[in-house]
Amino acid sequence: MSLTYTIILTRVISMKSLKNHLSLIIALFTVLASVQIYVAVDRTIAAYETRLKDDYSVIVVANKGFIPAEFKSMSSMIERSEPISTTQVLERLKGEMSQKNLDLLRLTLPKFYRIYLNRYPSPKEINNLQHLLQRNSSIERVEGFAQTHDTVYKLMLLFKNVVQIFSIAIAAVTSLLILKEMRLWQFQHAERMSIMALFGAPVWLRSAVLFRLAIVDAIIATFILCLVFFVIDYYGFLVAQLKEIGISVQLFNFVSDALRSLAIALGVSIALTFMIVIFPNEED
Amino acid sequence: MDKVIIAQNLSLSYKEFETIISKANFSIDAGSFVFITGASGSGKSTLLKAFYGAIEPKQGQLSVGGIKMNRISTSKLNFLRRHIGIVFQDYKLIKEWTIEKNVMLPLIISGYTGDVGGAQVQKLLGHVKLIHQAGKYPPELSGGEQQRVAMARALAHNPILILADEPTGNLDEYSASVIWSLLEGANAQLKTTVVVVTHHIPEGLNVPYLHYHIDAGNINEIA
Ligand SMILES: Nc1ncnc2c1ncn2[C@@H]1O[C@H](COP(=O)(O)OP(=O)(O)OP(=O)(O)O)[C@@H](O)[C@H]1O
Ligand SMILES: [Mg+2]
Repeated sequence: MSLTYTIILTRVISMKSLKNHLSLIIALFTVLASVQIYVAVDRTIAAYETRLKDDYSVIVVANKGFIPAEFKSMSSMIERSEPISTTQVLERLKGEMSQKNLDLLRLTLPKFYRIYLNRYPSPKEINNLQHLLQRNSSIERVEGFAQTHDTVYKLMLLFKNVVQIFSIAIAAVTSLLILKEMRLWQFQHAERMSIMALFGAPVWLRSAVLFRLAIVDAIIATFILCLVFFVIDYYGFLVAQLKEIGISVQLFNFVSDALRSLAIALGVSIALTFMIVIFPNEED
Repeated sequence: MDKVIIAQNLSLSYKEFETIISKANFSIDAGSFVFITGASGSGKSTLLKAFYGAIEPKQGQLSVGGIKMNRISTSKLNFLRRHIGIVFQDYKLIKEWTIEKNVMLPLIISGYTGDVGGAQVQKLLGHVKLIHQAGKYPPELSGGEQQRVAMARALAHNPILILADEPTGNLDEYSASVIWSLLEGANAQLKTTVVVVTHHIPEGLNVPYLHYHIDAGNINEIA
């Protein structure tokens, strides 16, 4: 009779503690996931930026020849420049014009340059650059294509900001949830901790069980995060979608991202455990 | 002779206008064996609580093991408690731990968890006749068995002072005699100071002892 009762009691206790574990693991996982989503979005945008940057160039029309160093000295944003060859156009006119006129045209034809930047500029930066270049008297015209500035990119930046705000909100709310959860643990272990105190156990030893739980759950939460991203990677639907818009990006790095997540999970859970150990029960 | 406990004008109480022990003056020599008796509710457990720092002196001075108990710091108190072995009236065993680990507790706290600690625990479990229960949990044991576990735990770290609150309260005559001989042994062989609260002082004890009686807040030595 007493044995059955004890077995049932132990079951109930362990089920309860499993539930407690779950809620901490889920809370930590949520924090990790939101951080990782932010990182992945940031990475995606960076990849998209590189693509945009590679595709983007400013066209300059000048009445004299420029060497790349001259352009480079005009703005730190300028990465490189290349002349646009006019021979193709002239070739096409060969049949329709006399060689003499053609030679004349070649002499009077302005020089065309394509200028590549070291990052994808904002519309404002394009305008500034345009004005800067036009200040040079040898430059006749600058085309920055500011009006066709990428709207997808703008949406992505907006999305990044939204994700950032959400991550911060999620981190704040889940931290509070974790604190509540740990208070519960502390309460559950209060008797054991007070008995240990009667035999002279210092605070850290009394609370060792809480730290152990915090560390174990942080490791489990990180492991689940890796698992989730492994599944996403394995089925590849997100990556495929991104490929469609010309972005190839690693959503989760199983070394550096996993390590960062583990550090965050351990940091959060250990810091919060410290908090409840140092400030016992200010709530009730 | 060294004094382990010195009380001067010691008053103890839980609430403001109440006195459980009033202006007591007494001292306990190192290595002595002391019985404390008194009616239920007279303040025996309260006096022990003051000895292990669970309540502070309301008035007067109390020192235990040379440490002043008035406004004692947490670290000093922890240090003192690591040298005291307590048998609580309500046992205070850790439910989630096995009997073996419960007895191990003072050794865990002092950092002796290796083979030496393990051997010590086995020896004590043998003394209190609980070897076969070592793997069980406190709720699975009878009251008397739990009391014996509490006794073994109090002796585990060879404390300089043992405070036992009715350690034979739930035991039959034979089990009680086992407890008394353990306390006698610690006192005779290890020079441990033993303070026991009890309703019945056992007969035929092999060590000399003192007897204090608490009555109406006063502590009187009975010759
Ligand atoms: N935590 C407490 N808060 C307030 N009053 C208490 C507390 N503990 C004990 N008391 C009171 O202090 C008095 C002495 O209690 P104590 O436990 O010391 O008695 P005791 O001599 O050990 O009795 P018993 O033989 O029944 O164990 C009692 O009147 C009790 O009601
Ligand atoms: Mg009592």
